[in-house]
Amino acid sequence: MDMTFAPAVPEIVLACLAMGLLMAGVFGLERSRTVSWLSVVSLVITILLVLVGGTDRVVSLGGLFVTGAFAVYVKVLVLLGSALAIVMSLTFNEREALDRFEFPIMVLFATVGMLMMVSANDLIALYLGLELQSLSLYVLAAFRRDTLRSSEAGMKYFVLGALSSGMLLYGCSMIYGFVGATGFDAIAAAVGNGGEPSLGLVVGLVFLLAGLCFKVSAAPFHMWTPDVYEGAPTPVTALFSVAPKIAALALFVRVLMEPFGDLADKWQQIIVVVAILSMAVGAFTAIVQENIKRLMAYSSIGHIGYALVGVATGTEEGVRAVLIYLAIYLFMNVGVFACILAMRRNGNAVENISDLAGFSNSRPLIAGIFAALMFSMAGIPPLAGFFGKFYVFMAAVNAGLIALAVFGVLASVVGCYYYLRIVKVMYFDEAGEDMDRPLPSEIGFVAGLSAVVIVFFVVVPWTITDFAGGAASTLFAG
Amino acid sequence: MSSGVGLLSIVTFLPLVGVFAILLLCRGTGEDAIRNARMAALWTSLATFAVSLFLWFRFDEGTAEFQFVEHVEWLTEFNIAYRMGIDGISLFFVLLSTFLTPICILSSWTAIQVRVKEYMIAFLALETLMVGMFCALDLVVFYIFFEGVLIPMFLIIGVWGGARRIYAAFKFFLFTLLGSVLMLLALLAVYLEVGSTGIVEVLAYSFAPDLQIWLWLAFFASFAVKIPMWPVHTWLPDAHVEAPTAGSVILAGVLLKMGGYGFLRFSLPMFPEASEFFTPLIFVLSCVAVVYTSLVALAQEDMKKLIAYSSVAHMGFVTIGIFTATNQGIAGAIFQMLSHGIVSAALFLCVGVVYDRLHTREIARYGGLVHRMPAYAAVFMVFTLASVGLPGTSGFVGEFLVLLGAFEVNTWVCFLAATGVILGAAYMLYLYRRVIFGKLERVELQAMLDLNPREIAVFVPLVVLVLWMGIYPSSFLDPIQTSVQNLVDQHQAAMHAMGETAAVAAKGH
Repeated sequence: MDMTFAPAVPEIVLACLAMGLLMAGVFGLERSRTVSWLSVVSLVITILLVLVGGTDRVVSLGGLFVTGAFAVYVKVLVLLGSALAIVMSLTFNEREALDRFEFPIMVLFATVGMLMMVSANDLIALYLGLELQSLSLYVLAAFRRDTLRSSEAGMKYFVLGALSSGMLLYGCSMIYGFVGATGFDAIAAAVGNGGEPSLGLVVGLVFLLAGLCFKVSAAPFHMWTPDVYEGAPTPVTALFSVAPKIAALALFVRVLMEPFGDLADKWQQIIVVVAILSMAVGAFTAIVQENIKRLMAYSSIGHIGYALVGVATGTEEGVRAVLIYLAIYLFMNVGVFACILAMRRNGNAVENISDLAGFSNSRPLIAGIFAALMFSMAGIPPLAGFFGKFYVFMAAVNAGLIALAVFGVLASVVGCYYYLRIVKVMYFDEAGEDMDRPLPSEIGFVAGLSAVVIVFFVVVPWTITDFAGGAASTLFAG
Repeated sequence: MSSGVGLLSIVTFLPLVGVFAILLLCRGTGEDAIRNARMAALWTSLATFAVSLFLWFRFDEGTAEFQFVEHVEWLTEFNIAYRMGIDGISLFFVLLSTFLTPICILSSWTAIQVRVKEYMIAFLALETLMVGMFCALDLVVFYIFFEGVLIPMFLIIGVWGGARRIYAAFKFFLFTLLGSVLMLLALLAVYLEVGSTGIVEVLAYSFAPDLQIWLWLAFFASFAVKIPMWPVHTWLPDAHVEAPTAGSVILAGVLLKMGGYGFLRFSLPMFPEASEFFTPLIFVLSCVAVVYTSLVALAQEDMKKLIAYSSVAHMGFVTIGIFTATNQGIAGAIFQMLSHGIVSAALFLCVGVVYDRLHTREIARYGGLVHRMPAYAAVFMVFTLASVGLPGTSGFVGEFLVLLGAFEVNTWVCFLAATGVILGAAYMLYLYRRVIFGKLERVELQAMLDLNPREIAVFVPLVVLVLWMGIYPSSFLDPIQTSVQNLVDQHQAAMHAMGETAAVAAKGH
């Protein structure tokens, strides 16, 4: 067993930097903005370390920890998502009197947990990473502790999150009971020895999947999502919608493809049902939402459904599609939340869709970006969102999941309606009261960045797809 | 096969240069910025038209191969590439798009007063997408252009449209999207079957008959909505009535042709056996469309709605012509689409002229316009007669060829389609009489001004084209001919092969 720490250097460095910043914050560093920027710098350093680490598959720390192209790809996305969320929080937190230095540090700890999840090669490591992430996120959801909604969001998230962790842990213990090992490699060996898998193992897998479905907010385990999204401070919602989702989905993929790859015929039916339910919930429930953060919650449930279509294929092509989807989803979501953060009137954040009326008159540029993001989310070419769906459905058709693909595209037409409704409110409705000016420059930067990515993806798609292809192949190398 | 970027890409993406010019140069909301935006859009679209004429001049009529072919690697891992090229079938649709865009921009010169820059950007983007769609030689590239069209059109209807514009915009968007996503899955299935998304490669592939049926239906879902065929035509009257004039022009002029083009490029040549199988269905739906929507048109009180229903009827001719799979029928269908592109566009412009002055499209509010607007009456008459299909106008040639083709295949279809011609004459002449003739009694009509120079500039090229296409159709039919003949030959070869297989199977039993 290899006990070298070298592959885990990014995680270790990030954890140390986070603790160092915590100390700095406690002993003197007053300005939260400085801590936030230092946190962003820490995340950027970690991205560089991850990239320097190389893409070869290395198992270390006694088999608990695995890195490789897949982990590198997902970690970069997660770190980017966290960094952009912190950047977006800067001015918002100051205006809402949330500018405490703990905020970015909690994000850093959550990010360490996500990186652990992505690299987990053992059920114990999986659980540790997941809980480190979840506990930090519970705190962040309730970060605006003086308001009822935020506290409620944190509480709800915590209770339901604990429930799902319990299910997950129960599943892990069953798997351990029937396999006799917690390492993914050992489980894979036990599952792959031919013959009918024991019923206990399958039940354990189902519990494990239920817990993971909760973490990625896939229907029917999505109930917490809208309330938490709505109640949490908007930058926290922005973080929730990207980094933890990406990390949890990557974990999802790894668990299904590596240890349980040979049980594909068992879990495929579960994932198909979960994908269909998620797409349906995302498409139909979002129609009636009035609050844009709730709408984004249902939208993200729908998007997870599309990503799960790729997972359901169980093929390398499908995983590749999921990875491409996640990258595009990341940029679309941070862009949308940057636009939501731009919605302020008379010094207060506004969150109703109807508040966007006439947005295109008062802020043509940001409204244009918002509209482009909505068309992209709806999956209309030539914007990037189309390609996310394109790769996923290509994998599904190739894997023979025609009915799933047909359902998916029909759900995407229904989903189109509510994305278009936002465009309609911004462009077709009579102008309402003007939004506040000027836009904080970092919000403009994030919105602009995401717009550039989603518009120009069509010109240079290989910048993302090649990496995703390399990342997917590592899961299927063995 | 040549590679790199050539004339087709220039025609396709030149309008985007105009978009960037407007975005970067026309800052502010002052009168100057708005005028500059209009000028930039007009000159860009005129330049695009000028460049696109080279396609016609340099087009080789003798070959059915794709010409001006371009090939740039794109999604190499899937063998999806940026492939462009045109043949006789697509040539004139490209020209139609580039021809109508400057006319649309000119016709909106004074009618559009709010968000002028965005309007011009939307039209230029739309032109890129339309031209790209007709030039695409790759299924995925085709789909991107095909569906991308929805975005600018949605905004054009929704932002600059009439009272019920939001309903119309959503209906338009969701109807057409619903059809297209099924086609997307079919495209993926085709790709997985053939291993390439190049249209040339796919055309050379023969699909298993039962797979053809499913693929054909998925493509049909998209094209039938787009063209539109009865009974999925209901988005069209709403979209036409609520869209601004230029929006209706481009919708009737080019967007409907995407459906017909799709049938010609995909359904018929790629799935010949399924096409043969479904031909009765197409004929029934088309005949219903021709007769039923003509009768509906007769009862309309709104000018735009009447022309919209007449479009559905005319498109019924097109689908009949395409699925006769005869030389005359297909050539007639293409010609009918081109003619309808010009004539219905012009008719919507005619409605726009009086709408700009009186702000109503209700037929009953008009009457006796000939007394105040003789030039307008003359122009309107040319297009009315062209729509009716009077010999000497463009409308006649297409309808005649389609009827000829239909007669060879099925006399009943020909008969029913011919009743559509009669009904067409009835509703168009009835419209013309109510608007133009009669006594000029209403006070508000007394002050109507005749066509101004800008409007004359808009109509002159259209009149010239309608007469040119009617009097000397060979200029347009000759370049089409080789490709159409090739299409028909391929189809008959496939039918022949199918007959032999059936004979062998029968012997086996």
